[in-house]
Amino acid sequence: MLEIDGRVTTSKTQTKQGAPLASFRSELLLQLHLESNPEALCIVRATVQRAAEIVEFPEQEARAIVRSVDEALANIIRHAYGGRKGMPIEVSCSRLWKDKDARAPAGIEIRLADSGVPVDTRRMRSRSLEEIRPGGLGLHFIKESMDVVEFSRKNGKNFLRLVKYFGPCKAEKMPEGE
Amino acid sequence: MQIFARQSEGRVILDLSGDIDLAHSPAMRKALLGEIKEKRTPKVYLNLKNVRYIDSSGIASLVEGLKASRDLGSRMILYGLSPAVREVMELSRLQRIFEIYENEEQALGT
Repeated sequence: MLEIDGRVTTSKTQTKQGAPLASFRSELLLQLHLESNPEALCIVRATVQRAAEIVEFPEQEARAIVRSVDEALANIIRHAYGGRKGMPIEVSCSRLWKDKDARAPAGIEIRLADSGVPVDTRRMRSRSLEEIRPGGLGLHFIKESMDVVEFSRKNGKNFLRLVKYFGPCKAEKMPEGE
Repeated sequence: MQIFARQSEGRVILDLSGDIDLAHSPAMRKALLGEIKEKRTPKVYLNLKNVRYIDSSGIASLVEGLKASRDLGSRMILYGLSPAVREVMELSRLQRIFEIYENEEQALGT
């Protein structure tokens, strides 16, 4: 189910220590309610691709955003739900504005939520790229592509917040194994 | 995703098209390992010209195929990488371990 909603809210980005960095106005572009079915990933990729284009990210950055969301969803399906189909996943996508008049876009924020097993962030490490072996690349792709990668858990749900700003901004990434 | 195999003496070309993601990488893995481990094909070419997207599970399957081919003394060769696929290869920093060519003519000439 796809719901398009034009709500505008105000949110603050935070550093990993929790200190606010800047206030952005957040405009909800879409909400998706999916089931943990790998076949649905192509639909989400196409939808997020269009959202990234609407926010006016260049083609290569739009592909990086799509790749991050796809890898995050694949991790939810494989790890949080252990490959089980039919489990709920929520995806929302918002445009961030620098100013209250919504004239200067700041970036894109994607939030994912699932009801799977807790994510053990202490065990989550993107693998060393010196190793030649299958697996462990998904988290590396996400960290390389997004400016904010925040995991949290509340009320029995895992939450992942991904933010991509216009221009380089690597300050808020979650460090290895945190 | 679709896979077509073109067989000839001592080699196979797997023409892949579409998206290689969590839903479809198992099919690619099966086809690839089938050629390398079961049929013991000496040269396995992967034509990626029509692959629009590849995720980490697809890359992992390629790494598995490469390892199997090295173990058995055969060759696995990639060609026709789109900008999107090349980007993922570079991001994973694995492009240096694969034999990669621009197109079929160059790949088959090796």
